[in-house]
Amino acid sequence: MTRSSVRVFVVDDHELFRSGVRSELSRSCQIVGEAGTVEEAVVGILRESPDVVLLDVHMPAGGGRGVIEGVRADSAGGSTTQFLALSVSDAAEDVIGIIRAGARGYVTKSISADELVAAVQRVHGGDVVFSPRLAGFVLDAFAGEAPVSADPELDLLTARERETLRYIARGYTYKEVASELHISVKTVETHVSAVLRKLQLSNRYELTRWASERQLI
Amino acid sequence: MPAMAQVGARRASNAVDGAPRPRLERSRSDRVIGGVAAGIGHHLGVEPTTVRIAFVLLTFAFGFGIVVYLLTWLLAPQEAAEATPAPRARRHIRPTISQALGAGLILVGVAILLYVSGFWFGEALAWPVTLAAVGFAILWARSGEDRRSRSPLDVVISGRRSIARVAIGSLLILGAGAVFLGNSYSIYTVGPMLLAATVAIGGLGLIGGPWIWSIGRDLIDERSSRIRTEERAEMAAHLHDSVLQTLALIQRAPASREMASLARTQERELRAWLYGRAPTLAGARLRDAIDAMAGRVERDQQVKVEAIVVGDADLEERTRALVAAVGEATLNAARHSGATEVSVYVEVEDDATTAYVRDLGTGFDPDAVASDRRGIADSIVGRLERHGGTAHVMSRPGAGTEVAMHLPRKAP
Repeated sequence: MTRSSVRVFVVDDHELFRSGVRSELSRSCQIVGEAGTVEEAVVGILRESPDVVLLDVHMPAGGGRGVIEGVRADSAGGSTTQFLALSVSDAAEDVIGIIRAGARGYVTKSISADELVAAVQRVHGGDVVFSPRLAGFVLDAFAGEAPVSADPELDLLTARERETLRYIARGYTYKEVASELHISVKTVETHVSAVLRKLQLSNRYELTRWASERQLI
Repeated sequence: MPAMAQVGARRASNAVDGAPRPRLERSRSDRVIGGVAAGIGHHLGVEPTTVRIAFVLLTFAFGFGIVVYLLTWLLAPQEAAEATPAPRARRHIRPTISQALGAGLILVGVAILLYVSGFWFGEALAWPVTLAAVGFAILWARSGEDRRSRSPLDVVISGRRSIARVAIGSLLILGAGAVFLGNSYSIYTVGPMLLAATVAIGGLGLIGGPWIWSIGRDLIDERSSRIRTEERAEMAAHLHDSVLQTLALIQRAPASREMASLARTQERELRAWLYGRAPTLAGARLRDAIDAMAGRVERDQQVKVEAIVVGDADLEERTRALVAAVGEATLNAARHSGATEVSVYVEVEDDATTAYVRDLGTGFDPDAVASDRRGIADSIVGRLERHGGTAHVMSRPGAGTEVAMHLPRKAP
């Protein structure tokens, strides 16, 4: 990853926060634009076509989900922009909701600057960013019996995926997980990508409930 | 959360003190036909059986009891479901065949009794009243949870009740009016028009009255509950957008460690309150206890503690022991490892609970026993072993420490 290679767009309705993120990321990424409302964000992202959008989950008039949906609707599938959700909230329904809308990862705003840069680069490289908290939510959602009309491909985690998520929830990095499980980092990434896909497509009750329960905050 | 608990408490005290008097509501749990008697009994503070006997006695006075019963059934709202969420199946209660049969038999019995005992109020009144009552019942009988009453027309349009049902009900009531007029015309030769008007208005009242009444009642109920929900959501959204963001900002800024840790603690508390997981609530569960523990260590040791709990369990002796052991391990990591962050992971499964406390601090060689650490590790191990569990400390100098704990759900 060469320096200044990732083109980042920051969406957050708090200007102070945007400027903070900007100064942290500018050392290793190129900030191509920022927006404070859903409307501005959709227009700006379509114009700049950035590599990665750092997206606040909660914003007036649609939130991060509205931005993803707006961009997807107007770019007709031609966009290569990836979304990384960033929020102060750690309610399960927010996290699951934004992932199901299409974000490739989720980090909380208390993440350190170095970790944030690493997460942006990972998402840009086509990988998925699973914070420990997101891993915990997924384990919770996929715990217990599968629904009756189960599509086992989507509604169940494999033993290996579950094991990988447990390590992530325990605070292990992908590299550490790989060495614990004696597999390659690439395989760890394959596992978490598969989990993200299930998270987006499964109709498990917990997921649909979490995703639809709270649109208001 | 405290606000909600307070509301709950206020509601509960109503039921206990009886002051102010509980609303007149049909009882869900205690009912023979429609829960009316129990509702009235509860409202007046009288035994439901007494009310039931009163109804039966009143019925002998020209069927007055039945009329009052039916009216109360229609006008009094049904008692709200119990606080514990009832299974979905309860939401669409329809009168059972036995209830309908029972009510029918009682009516027939009363009619026969009146006829035999000579109190029969005459064909002129009996038929219209019966017709009107049946029509009324067909029009307005409602299922248990069908509280959002609508006009007959609405109901037909939305397909919730058949056209036939509304038509038959209305025809029966109108027919009753006609029969009554037909029978009485000769008696009341004076002012027939007045009588006709009265009967017509009465019929209309029977058809539309309950609807108008319940619309008004529902509107008031709905409005007040909507206002409450909106207020809470608005407040939550506001706090979320303002205070939580600021607290997150403080943690990112190059502030002092104390400042950042204070912001984190407050953020944790506010979030718990916003999302209804206040760690101080009585009846807390394992998740709450772990969160509270994490918050405490964070505040006291000024170290970030990321606690993830998968699944949940009630707090009893065994889970409390686990929480204590996890707390000990977390505190230990926060104090001695030099790391700025401690990861806590607890997973509740069917047969056992596992927990991991990990830091990326200095680490140590478990065989070379640093005496203070060894002592604490022993207290974790000992605590769990007393309950049939195990604990392992994995550590290497320079590579951090992880304590793995395992406790079976049931005593061995």
